[in-house]
Amino acid sequence: MTSNKTFNILVPLISVFIGLLAGAIIMLIFGYNPIQGYAALWEGAFGDAYFFGETVRQVTPYILTGLAVGFAFRSGLFNIGAEGQVIVGWLSAVWIGITVDAPMYIHLPLAIFVAALAGAIWGFIPGILKARLGVHEVIVTIMLNYIALYSSNAIIRNVLSDSENSTERIAETASLSSEWLQSLTYFSRMHYGILIALFAAMIMWFIIERTTIGYELKSVGFNKHASKYAGMNVKRNIVLSMVIAGAFAGLAGSMEGLGTFGNMTVSGGFSNLGFDGIAVALLGANTAIGIVLAAILFGALKVGALNMPTEAGVPNELVDIIIALIIFSVASSYIIRWAILRFKKEEK
Amino acid sequence: MKNRKFILLFALILGLGMLMAACGGGEGAEDDSAAEDGANGEESSGDYSVGMVTDEGGVDDKSFNQSAWEGIQAWGEEHGLERGEGFDYAQSADESDYMPNMTRLVRNDYDLVFGIGFLLEDAITNIAEQNPDLDFSIVDTVVDAPNVASITFAEHEGSFLAGVAAAMKTETNKLGFVGGVDSDLINKFEVGFVAGALSVNPDIDVDIQYVGDFSSADDGKLIATRMYNDGADIIYHAAGAAGNGVFAQAKDLKQNDPDRDVWVIGVDRDQHEEGVIGDHNVTFTSMVKRVDISVQEVSNMGLNGEFPGGEVLEFGLEDEGVSLADTNEEAITEEIVDTTNDWKERIINGEIEVPQTRDELEGFIDSL
Amino acid sequence: MDYVIEMLNIRKEFPGIVANDNITLQLQKGEIHALLGENGAGKSTLMNVLFGLYQPEKGEIRVNGEQVKITDPNVANDLGIGMVHQHFMLVEPFTVTQNIILGNEPTKKGSINLKKAEKEVQELSDRYGLRVDAKAKISDISVGMQQRVEILKTLYRGADVLIFDEPTAVLTPQEITELMEIMQSLIAEGKSIILITHKLKEIMQICDRCTVIRKGKGIGTLDVAKTTVTELASLMVGREVSFKTEKGPAAPQESVLNIENLVVRDSRKVDMVKGLDLEIRAGEIVGIAGIDGNGQTELIEAITGLMKAESGKIKLNNKDITNLSPRKVTESGIGHIPQDRHKFGLVLDFPIGENIVLQTYYQKPYSKNKVLNYKEIYKKAESLIKEYDVRTPSAYTKARALSGGNQQKAIVAREVDRSPDLLIAAQPTRGLDVGAIEFIHNKLIEERDRGKAILLVSFELDEILDVSDRIAVIFDGKIVAERKPEETNEQELGLLMAGSKKEKAGGE
Repeated sequence: MTSNKTFNILVPLISVFIGLLAGAIIMLIFGYNPIQGYAALWEGAFGDAYFFGETVRQVTPYILTGLAVGFAFRSGLFNIGAEGQVIVGWLSAVWIGITVDAPMYIHLPLAIFVAALAGAIWGFIPGILKARLGVHEVIVTIMLNYIALYSSNAIIRNVLSDSENSTERIAETASLSSEWLQSLTYFSRMHYGILIALFAAMIMWFIIERTTIGYELKSVGFNKHASKYAGMNVKRNIVLSMVIAGAFAGLAGSMEGLGTFGNMTVSGGFSNLGFDGIAVALLGANTAIGIVLAAILFGALKVGALNMPTEAGVPNELVDIIIALIIFSVASSYIIRWAILRFKKEEK
Repeated sequence: MKNRKFILLFALILGLGMLMAACGGGEGAEDDSAAEDGANGEESSGDYSVGMVTDEGGVDDKSFNQSAWEGIQAWGEEHGLERGEGFDYAQSADESDYMPNMTRLVRNDYDLVFGIGFLLEDAITNIAEQNPDLDFSIVDTVVDAPNVASITFAEHEGSFLAGVAAAMKTETNKLGFVGGVDSDLINKFEVGFVAGALSVNPDIDVDIQYVGDFSSADDGKLIATRMYNDGADIIYHAAGAAGNGVFAQAKDLKQNDPDRDVWVIGVDRDQHEEGVIGDHNVTFTSMVKRVDISVQEVSNMGLNGEFPGGEVLEFGLEDEGVSLADTNEEAITEEIVDTTNDWKERIINGEIEVPQTRDELEGFIDSL
Repeated sequence: MDYVIEMLNIRKEFPGIVANDNITLQLQKGEIHALLGENGAGKSTLMNVLFGLYQPEKGEIRVNGEQVKITDPNVANDLGIGMVHQHFMLVEPFTVTQNIILGNEPTKKGSINLKKAEKEVQELSDRYGLRVDAKAKISDISVGMQQRVEILKTLYRGADVLIFDEPTAVLTPQEITELMEIMQSLIAEGKSIILITHKLKEIMQICDRCTVIRKGKGIGTLDVAKTTVTELASLMVGREVSFKTEKGPAAPQESVLNIENLVVRDSRKVDMVKGLDLEIRAGEIVGIAGIDGNGQTELIEAITGLMKAESGKIKLNNKDITNLSPRKVTESGIGHIPQDRHKFGLVLDFPIGENIVLQTYYQKPYSKNKVLNYKEIYKKAESLIKEYDVRTPSAYTKARALSGGNQQKAIVAREVDRSPDLLIAAQPTRGLDVGAIEFIHNKLIEERDRGKAILLVSFELDEILDVSDRIAVIFDGKIVAERKPEETNEQELGLLMAGSKKEKAGGE
């Protein structure tokens, strides 16, 4: 069984490598120096304290949305709704951050808790619909994404502000940002949220691997019939899984609302945090530690890519293609898995 | 447990680094960037360097960001600089990119950084506070800081003239307005346009709709489709890259039926090129905001040590900061040009106070 | 001697194991040659070597006396070797003919000449007595017919040697008889057949010679006419196997399960169990004999809480358990070896250890305050694996990786170990080899002797007759007759199962 484990580590590593290689070839074809390009990417992600801080800042919500998708995956559910859950979490966190007046030790936890709660509710809806009526969660969550986006736009404009484009800034007592961290990283927006994200990853690991709840969730994910046979309440587990997943995504929203931005802006499109979370979860094989590592990769790519046009002269469009290639290669790791298996085909 | 995670985390970062170093032959790469840094440092000590950060529309939005970039390029040319050495831009894919882009330009020793668009207000406010010794400038909104020059335009006045021209041109007495984000700034376009149209012909109907952002060209096209179907023959857009959808729809209609009169009024830049379809051109005129001139001017002020920090610079009709383009001579007839020039005079000499908000517009209509 | 196929001293290795070690198989022209071995003995590997899917490390293959190298299935096809797979490879919405010509369609000016192909297929079918309709859609024909389509496919491609991989596993008794006839007509037409199987009865019935392999090693080739079932079985398993299950007389005591007038409706809202009564006492095994689809599944699922009972009562030890949740039913003392072990019995992607506690994970000592205690779980698993002889690399191995027999042993271990008052065993030996069947039958009898009540459901009359103390015949959702196994026979049960009440009355 150890071979299975190395296999699970090998596949994502190879896919990342193939993606980088493909990106390098693209750069060569278009006459750019891939060494410079990737050096700029690396510089832009980890090159100095500022970029490092920004990368950590980006990694924080990625971990949480990755957990949100991965957790649901473990019980056989495809949570496309992390995006919407992020948005409601963000909005709720900012709402509490603006309207409540309380000392920090109450205000901040309250804002984070309400964000998780809002995300949980947003996950509960597709969960209960799936459990009770058999409505496919993919459809429901996609629709809920739009509902979340446009209703939060309306709330920002009409309730949280006087037809402004963004809310006021949250009170200092609800803020996750830290002058100390900022001063360490030349004003990056790195905030304490990373601790919450890592803690959440540990929680996921603990629930999934160590508790009877996780045992049931996994069992339902692998085989609903056997779970029912074994006396588990399949419907309750489906709902529970979506609720916990939603709470993770809601937390991701609070990271943006309380940490990175400190407010919320009317937005015409999605933040993509939730959608990127799908890729993060896939690359991380839906395990807590894998998701943390995958989030670091995605965060680094996202932040580092901004540096490629300025440092290496690679045009933005090409950068997008290269990043997409890396993600594509990662997402199609199934093919790599298949190729390796074919290589050392075993008798069943 | 916790310790192990952190170790793993660092191990990954390290591993990733080695991978990239292995891919690229680390030494060369480092030398390269070091050399570049040095070069940058030398030049900027003598010269004045200017950077800009786009909003989500990107530098080729054929509108606002592009105009600003053209201004910076012109400024660079004027002083014999090359892109990457003396001037550059950084493109943002979403709002979380504003700050890293700003910071990167600052850390690459740019003396003056423009934030193009009011979406960058927060970012400029923050970065200006963090770097009190550097110059910043924001376009289209006001940031109150001693090292920030705020560039605004009298869009309502330019839009008023666009409204006048449209009212004279329309045959259906129905006009359309497509805005980006429903905000104070874009409201100025809307209100000015409506006021101008009604001043010429009080019976004109203006259909108003907002896309919700400045980047969704497909949404812009959908809205334009509906407006043209409902009988509007001229649409004025103030929607950045989303406005390209309006052009796309107008051109589609024109291609299918060359005899049909559909027009678009461009914004920010002279969008004449955007309207070309075969032998025709659907761009009636453009409400030109000379972002390029303003950016170029502020850059020069900075270069000469006269940076207008803390000031609000308004560019209006008087100084050609806003104007109507008359490139499409077939469409914008001499009569229309003359009439708009009359109105322009009346605005400049204070005879007419163009409304800026929807409230003011109501008062303006009542006074007609 | 005239051999069509000779596989001499074949050796095939996979990382860590030797799947085939020095195996020789020689197929004479015009014979049916059995390849016998337990699950996982290496039968499939050997045939895949012949079919070109694997390359052997050592040994040689000769076709009609000439040495050949079979690098892929196409080469095998060209040499006239065809394989009828256990899992059919057919495209459901296509017709029989379309499936058969798939891959080498006869074309006329670029378009498929279906008419001509249909005629050819129909001729082939008639010639060998396959009775296949060339124009029928695959989705409309029975499993037995689909298998014949597979046979036709190999014939259409000109196969002279046909390999059948466990062909009877998916067939009904009637279909098995028909298949045997088809095989004989193939031989009569000059074909040669290799039959992969672990069913001894079939070999005795139809085969000429038999090659036995055990744990990857060739044990030898026998003349079927000169051997016995017992000899074949001991060669295959490697020890003496008893066929008649040894058991003493039952000593039924108080009533454990009481079912009164039970009605169960399936998901299509059709009554499948229609007012069924049944009693099982402690210390007896009651076998339910019946043709599949007469309400057996619904009966079991209603008892175990997986399906709702429309009306009627189910009592366990005099307590009403009708329509309790599966968990309550389990806790009240029912164990269930499900008919479909992959669907219900196991979470295949869980390790064996975690499958062992599938119904008890939430109880002490396996968890406390919702936190799992893996030490206890695996301690339990290790001890059951040892006690029930589940062959697995470790308790941490995924259930998926185990052979069918060992998966079933793990389920039996789990269910029996909970020591339930009533043990329901549905098709407990389906698809298993003799060794495993013997083991499971003995376990059921052991439990009976401990005073437990056992409900055995099986479609195999041999098993019902062999193991039960009392036989209840189910037909159309009702128990239509009860018999003692020593007082009845296959013929009578067969008639009862087919629903002929008059015959039963006359026989009594």
